[in-house]
Amino acid sequence: MNKTGKSFWALLADNAVPIVFIVISAIAIPLSGFSASYLVQELLVRIGRNSFLILSLLIPIMAGMGLNFGMVLGAMAGQIGLIMVSDWAIVGIPGMVLAMMVGTPIAAVLGVFCGSVLNRAKGQEMVTGYILGFFINGVYQLVVLYLMGWVIPVTNPVLLLSRGYGIRNAVSLIGIRGVLDNLIPVSFPFMGGVVRIPLATLLVIAAFCFFIVWFRRTKLGQDMRAIGQSQPVSDSAGIAVNKTRIIAIVISTVLACYGQIIYLQNMGTLNTYNSHDQAGMFSIAALLIGGASVSRASIANVFVGVILFHLMFIVAPMAGKNLIGQAQIGEYFRVFVSYGIIAIALVLHAWKRNRDREAARRSLRGPAGSPAKEAA
Amino acid sequence: MIKKFIENAGWPRVIIGLFLLGLFIAAPFVGVRVDTSLSDTLVRFGMNAVMVLAMIPMVQSGCGLNFGLPLGIIAGLLGATLSVELNEKILAHCAQYVDAAAWGAPISFASAIVMALPIAAVLGYLYGKLLNRVKGDEMMIATYVGFSSVAFMCIAWLLLPYKNPTMIWGYAGAGLRTTISVNGYWFHVLSDFLAFTPFGLSHLYVPTGMLLFFAFMAFLVWLFMRSKTGTAMTAVGSNPEFARASGVNVDRMRVISVMLSTMLGAVGILVYEQSFGFIQLYMGPFYMALPAVASILLGGASVNKASILNVAVGTFLFQGILTMTPSVINSVLQTDMSEVIRLIVSNGMILYALTRKVRVKR
Amino acid sequence: MSEVPLLKLENIGKEYYGNRVLSNVSFSLMPGEILGLVGENGAGKSTLMNILFGMPVIASTGGYEGNVVLDGRPVRFTSPTQALAAGIGMVHQEFSLIPGFTATENILLNREVLNPSLLEYIFSHRMSTLDREAMYQRADTAIRTLGVDISPDMTVAEMPVGYKQFIEIAREIDRKQTRLLFLDEPTAVLTETEAQILLKALKKLAESGIAIVFISHRLNEVKELCDRIVVLRDGEVIQEADARTASVRDIASWMVGRAVSEAPESEPQKPRQVREETALKVEHLWVDMPGETVRDVSFEVRKGEIFGIGGLAGHGKLGIPNGVMGLYPAGGRVELFGEGIPLNRPRRALDKKMAFVSEDRRGVGLLLDERIDWNVTFTAMQVQGRFLKGIPGLFQLRDDAAMSRAAEALIKLLDIKCTGPGQHAGELSGGNQQKVCLAKAFVLQPDLLLVSEPTRGIDVGAKTLVLDALRRYNQENGTTIIITSSELEELRSVCDRIAIVGEGRIAGVLPAKRPAEDFGLLMMGHEVEVEGSGGQGSPQSSNVEATA
Repeated sequence: MNKTGKSFWALLADNAVPIVFIVISAIAIPLSGFSASYLVQELLVRIGRNSFLILSLLIPIMAGMGLNFGMVLGAMAGQIGLIMVSDWAIVGIPGMVLAMMVGTPIAAVLGVFCGSVLNRAKGQEMVTGYILGFFINGVYQLVVLYLMGWVIPVTNPVLLLSRGYGIRNAVSLIGIRGVLDNLIPVSFPFMGGVVRIPLATLLVIAAFCFFIVWFRRTKLGQDMRAIGQSQPVSDSAGIAVNKTRIIAIVISTVLACYGQIIYLQNMGTLNTYNSHDQAGMFSIAALLIGGASVSRASIANVFVGVILFHLMFIVAPMAGKNLIGQAQIGEYFRVFVSYGIIAIALVLHAWKRNRDREAARRSLRGPAGSPAKEAA
Repeated sequence: MIKKFIENAGWPRVIIGLFLLGLFIAAPFVGVRVDTSLSDTLVRFGMNAVMVLAMIPMVQSGCGLNFGLPLGIIAGLLGATLSVELNEKILAHCAQYVDAAAWGAPISFASAIVMALPIAAVLGYLYGKLLNRVKGDEMMIATYVGFSSVAFMCIAWLLLPYKNPTMIWGYAGAGLRTTISVNGYWFHVLSDFLAFTPFGLSHLYVPTGMLLFFAFMAFLVWLFMRSKTGTAMTAVGSNPEFARASGVNVDRMRVISVMLSTMLGAVGILVYEQSFGFIQLYMGPFYMALPAVASILLGGASVNKASILNVAVGTFLFQGILTMTPSVINSVLQTDMSEVIRLIVSNGMILYALTRKVRVKR
Repeated sequence: MSEVPLLKLENIGKEYYGNRVLSNVSFSLMPGEILGLVGENGAGKSTLMNILFGMPVIASTGGYEGNVVLDGRPVRFTSPTQALAAGIGMVHQEFSLIPGFTATENILLNREVLNPSLLEYIFSHRMSTLDREAMYQRADTAIRTLGVDISPDMTVAEMPVGYKQFIEIAREIDRKQTRLLFLDEPTAVLTETEAQILLKALKKLAESGIAIVFISHRLNEVKELCDRIVVLRDGEVIQEADARTASVRDIASWMVGRAVSEAPESEPQKPRQVREETALKVEHLWVDMPGETVRDVSFEVRKGEIFGIGGLAGHGKLGIPNGVMGLYPAGGRVELFGEGIPLNRPRRALDKKMAFVSEDRRGVGLLLDERIDWNVTFTAMQVQGRFLKGIPGLFQLRDDAAMSRAAEALIKLLDIKCTGPGQHAGELSGGNQQKVCLAKAFVLQPDLLLVSEPTRGIDVGAKTLVLDALRRYNQENGTTIIITSSELEELRSVCDRIAIVGEGRIAGVLPAKRPAEDFGLLMMGHEVEVEGSGGQGSPQSSNVEATA
């Protein structure tokens, strides 16, 4: 077997997940019957809406903490910021910025908490982060449903439940709806339709990408990579392992808070008790579909993932309807894919890790047996 | 004396237990009937206890908390829907031997269990094989295997060729409904067996049959854990290297434990449904693992040790809180905080267990 | 060279939980000097290094006695960071390298060259970016100092083992302040050529004024490289010698030699029956046990014999019993009373009435979270179907009462200090845990008992008890016993014959009565004349001398 052939197969195996999704999309797009301009428009909107959230996952992966299921903590912080801003009736870009300013300290505190808990559950970060998400969700509901309008001053009757405290199920974010997306209006004709580009949002995302590239080159980034590969070695080299891990989670949580604010300014309504729920799951699924693994993820994975995942999201129900006559099937299919892809990624990761561990042990053994075989 | 008791019981149980006791004491003062509450707690206990019992084999064999419970539930749901679908045929067949009119419901329910068990065994076998390959990450993978199998079954429920008109969507003529009533099949078949209302309290309904059934299942588990295989399983969970050096096939023990857990999960959901009265399909089983996991941890189990006492105590406390908080707290605060309390208590317990395990290891 | 010694140790002593591991250790080291530190496993070398390097384990177990004097000033390090800052570098036996990083990144781990940036004033230096160019240069310089040719851009995962050792050393010498370098068996993983390059590099380093402490079991290398040799035994400095004049044989006897008069005839013994019949026959055994690789081992053990396996740690002696019992991947041929034993199947080995007491007591030997009676009877229950009640083959339950009874009998027999058969094994002391492990093996009523490191980590009193129990069991039941131990004296006191394992092979089988230094030389990889025809382990070669 020649070398190029081998690397071709290796390349194929490494990118198996994105390739499968490209194939699914290639089949489903014509079935769905959507026009090209509609798809491009929808994709652009969704890239702008979701990329930031997904990017916030990269730094904990670098630090070896796996997929940060605790990112929903940041999303909740962002929502609290948005609720407060809506109450104060501050609109437009200032409203968004203020929401971020309110959300940042909350996200940072939650991040420190999350990081400390994860440090106590090393090796079980993902499942702990996942349960932590549910736990903080309980606390979030306590705050938003009972304390707001009672302990925390919220006065706007549009926000409050009729009983006088607690936030309504749906909060309209009309004041900041699309303010970032439409800040720099750009549109161009495309295959018989007109496509509008959320340019300002994309610029913010680009800036974030540069931040990550820069961050990887800093000492802190290098330390995180070292910790991600080997905690004992990093510790003996004098790197503050636990502290650095907390920093990684704090950065991720704060960025997830911004990501959720950007997401909601596009959506225009806040489902007070549900919006954050799926933020984590969908972001993680998208990242994995983009070809990332639990221990390795790049910016390219984020964008490939967001495009493929949301392409499937858009076309699956229509394709299902046109194929079997039931849109419901497509709906369930995409739910199945979201969870299934996470399950498969986790299985592959654990499998590979156990195999690598075995291989590493074998390499320490040295060439045992070979002389015996000669002798025999 | 008290100190010793607290030490043995563990602080979380003492606190939750006192809280629950407080709720029961406070109940009459806010106009909530104690007998009704107690009855509700008993019913919920009976409904959920077998599913909590399903945690034991996997915990004991070191596979961790069974977040993959939905897999067993799916097997149970298949058994339930099949028993409804084939109800007439089965009863017609059995009519040769027994009085179908009197024994219809029990036979139908038994048929559901009989059909669910092999499905659960097969699913559990595959699931166990998978978990053997991903040692160390069982819990996270179990969670998502559970989720994706639920989502997969959502598609299957739509497509499977069920015919019984009580189960399929009337307007489409195909696809199972979201909730299917078991009334007329095996509604309350266990609950009403020997059920009574003691002391003439008409509101205190004791679902004797369901509780007896749980006791029976618990007894089976207890017997199994005392057999040679059960002993080996406990040793595998305690120290897999020790078990291997003693000639035990560790992977095989783990697969057996996962199969058992899955089969118990299947039986558990059937017990739940006969009391609840409905088969909940589609996203119904989605979050069913978390309360069961939280219950057994609340009962004092750790990530790798669990007993039947843990199951009984934990389920009672957990379901007690779930029953009492809506009624009592609502009356006091005029608001429903049960969901919030459920989230915080159940996930707080799981977090406590996850972080505690690491500390012990060091 | 200046007159003030760089490092001076004054009466260093250390106790772990009442176990004395170091006493009155004193020696000094001049700048640019190379000191060879030799001693058997457990002689106290690693404890000494831990003290000098300020490892937290020392402080947390009650500190140490005596003084460490650096440059004429007494120092007392409480963390490795302080030791590093004072100029002490250490190269460990286990690699502490990050596999996915390049040589450069590893050499400069946590000492990266940073670009100046504004952010470092606002936040911390960790926000500055790395100066990869300068890092490359520094790493390259450090590697070149060692006289090897390794690309600084190579990732460690892709390197051969020898390279990794050089990277470790390069990391220490890149530290500008390093003046004193400890090397713990640096050549153990190197090929002969690589070892030569390393020795040359170390000499060059010493010329530049760095003092080196070189720990090795390869006495030839020690002799070649070092100026002076310090021999540790049982935590004491036995001998300090000039490396040029001391012979390898001298060093070996200092290391192992308690006075020869201390022969194993201390107590009267009943006559024992060692038969001509072969109990265990091992041919060309290899075992893939990490850290204890067995390459090619053949030997025979007679029925009723107590057979010892000795040798240095890491040379494969522990791999032999583990391989025979099927716990690690192995190959070759093993026969028990003429019947072949399938390897890699623990169950089959147990079925043939072999029992094993593992060296890894807490990891393999015990169920720490379970009761003593469980620990004692579990294997017998699983393998032999005992301690069960009910209908065999149909429905059987654990017989708790029988388990307790069996455990109680053994608790009495072995004098296990515990509250009863219900106590958890994890709550016992090391010596009593070891007795539980023995009890577990005795319950199996084995024909062949393999015991690994029976006295590791237990106090002196318990040691005697454990060894007596083994000896008694052999006498009373005629059970063949194979004991694997790092402690030669212990083997010599109970065994009939002892095989010494070196580098995964049998270096020689000698009767236990031979002088200790012969065993020492075998361990160090030197030839020793074996009585008789001199073959390795052939039954005719070494006559069994029953210690009667």
